[in-house]
Amino acid sequence: MKFCSHCPQGGCLRPCSNPDQEMSGLKPRKVLLVGNPNVGKSALFSRLTGVHAVSSNYPGTTVGFTEGNLFIKGERFRLIDVPGAYTIDPTNEAEEVARRILEEEADIVVITIDATSLERNLNLALQVLELGHPSVVALNMFDEARHEGVNINVEALEKELGVPVIPTVAVSGQGISDLVSRLEEARVAKNSVVSGKDRWARIGEIVSSVQTIGHRHHSLRDRIEDFSVHPGWGAVLGVLAILGSFLAVRALGEGLIDFVLDPIFENLFMPLFAWIGSLLGGEGSFLFRTLIGMTIDGEIDPEMSFGLLTTGLYVPLVMVLPYVVAFYGVLSFLEDVGYLPRFAVLFDALMHRIGLHGFAIVPTLLGLGCNVPGIMATRILDSRRERFIAATLISVAIPCAGLQAMIIGALGDLGGRYVLAVYGTLFLSWVILGSILHRFLPGFSPELVIEIPPYRLPSFSGIGFKLWLRVKGFLIEAIPLVLVGVFVANLLSTSTVMHTVSAFLSPLFRGVLGLPPETAGPILLGFLRKDIAVGMLIPMRLDPGQMVVAVVTLAMTFPCIATFIVLWRELGLRDMLLSIGIMILAALVAGGLLNALFALA
Amino acid sequence: MPTTLCSMKNGQTAKIVMLPPGMSGRRLEALGLRPGKAVTKVSGMPFSGPVTLILDGRQIAIGHGICCKVTVELFSAGGNQGS
Repeated sequence: MKFCSHCPQGGCLRPCSNPDQEMSGLKPRKVLLVGNPNVGKSALFSRLTGVHAVSSNYPGTTVGFTEGNLFIKGERFRLIDVPGAYTIDPTNEAEEVARRILEEEADIVVITIDATSLERNLNLALQVLELGHPSVVALNMFDEARHEGVNINVEALEKELGVPVIPTVAVSGQGISDLVSRLEEARVAKNSVVSGKDRWARIGEIVSSVQTIGHRHHSLRDRIEDFSVHPGWGAVLGVLAILGSFLAVRALGEGLIDFVLDPIFENLFMPLFAWIGSLLGGEGSFLFRTLIGMTIDGEIDPEMSFGLLTTGLYVPLVMVLPYVVAFYGVLSFLEDVGYLPRFAVLFDALMHRIGLHGFAIVPTLLGLGCNVPGIMATRILDSRRERFIAATLISVAIPCAGLQAMIIGALGDLGGRYVLAVYGTLFLSWVILGSILHRFLPGFSPELVIEIPPYRLPSFSGIGFKLWLRVKGFLIEAIPLVLVGVFVANLLSTSTVMHTVSAFLSPLFRGVLGLPPETAGPILLGFLRKDIAVGMLIPMRLDPGQMVVAVVTLAMTFPCIATFIVLWRELGLRDMLLSIGIMILAALVAGGLLNALFALA
Repeated sequence: MPTTLCSMKNGQTAKIVMLPPGMSGRRLEALGLRPGKAVTKVSGMPFSGPVTLILDGRQIAIGHGICCKVTVELFSAGGNQGS
């Protein structure tokens, strides 16, 4: 196997696809994929590279940029999926990223246009053409446009723009091979250099000469779309969507645990572990304690033994994974149908009270799966102030799927009202903390301005791929951290370090939170992963009220390590520290008040 | 008769006359909402919630505050075409 020493990184590990190209020191040509939000760039990217980028039916799915390789006749191209932008005169961070990428040199720019909304899309297209990169236009969603009675004369558009125009349907793959074969024809547009006010006049000219719109009936889809943003019916539909999603996640998650994963673990793995345990020489040995953990009444207990093989695998794979699968299955469905922007309309008035606007509901919902993508998605918001509020609120009050699975696992059997108490406290904290931040942070928050995409029937393969990407992400990131967490918890249970820390924090825990000082261990270890921290609370035999206080405090205090890193990256050191200070204070206040309430009850 | 987006009734169609200055106007323009365009109001959410409009066959939602700064001219009942 030959490794290449001419790559820009100074020698990459992958073997060269085309030794002539790589060995001659030529950098692969750079292809940019640009366009308005939600025009199918990510779907096109997946088609061109074979790498599955996450695409959804709402503007702003790609906030960073994704890079992949495209091979044409043995030549490697670097393909960059640029975040969606309405204009390169940036109005938010995603557009800022897009502008920076476009200002650098590029060999070919593929301008992706949504054929169903030609006029708006041409605004960005003309701005990009003015930059003078060799370009081609992918006229995407061509089938949907035709279906809606929009006819576009492709040849005429090609003449008007002065660059090749290729009709495509990225989701089904139509036109992709044409696009690939005509990439080399990319050229710099000469005749469309207009700027400012004249641009709209030019767009008007182009649209009227290339597009004809046939008569269109008010379809059933239009009716459902109008219904979804109606003050009364829209709210009813919104409540049904939330309830339906919650029930679906619960039923799917629980079903997978009770009928699939728990039986498999119980019948296949537990006997195996018992056998391995007997080989390791019983409970006295260090290996037994590390791999299998301690026995509870002489039995191995997957939830409480805290061995790497037992609890270390049981928590992520049996207790958490099913809920991760269920949550992302339901979320991916809502995303691809195009429901999320409607949530933004419904929640806008409420979100204004906490210094955000309705679209901030999208990062918040993503945060319910994992805080990391949720906080990254705050880039679709317009100002730093909003991003700080949204990111802080997500890490304080939005429990990730792993934590939620464990909350339900730990409190569900004690009674639904305890689960409700946790969710109620977190929701109230979200609203109250948001209002406080809104009141005291300087500046103001801009208003909602979004396009609402049409409802689309999602494809099962699309949802399946997205689900797989997200579940794979969970497995890769969560399992190592859970294993480290279990290992540390296992070590700490026999060392005296935890006693010292617990004794030190005892006044705070006993006095303010009403918790036994040992709970300091799990709550501090929540820094690794919060699901395993709840797992450590389970064997402590707290009463239900204490469990609620402990879980709420754990959920609200520190972010887990992955969230910590992303907060630092997105907010900067100073704001990240401020955010964490706010979290600790909010957690102590909420935990203390809950404790006082339970004492009264 | 000039009025604003937020005082339109559901189902009414109007022509955009003037956008607010600054960033909010630029964001509206980027979505294709600019003087001369015709829009139809679909709904307005309570508690100063956003207004949903149809522009070129597509729904867009705009916060209440900005809507009150967009000047429009109502089309008389019956005639509702513009470009």
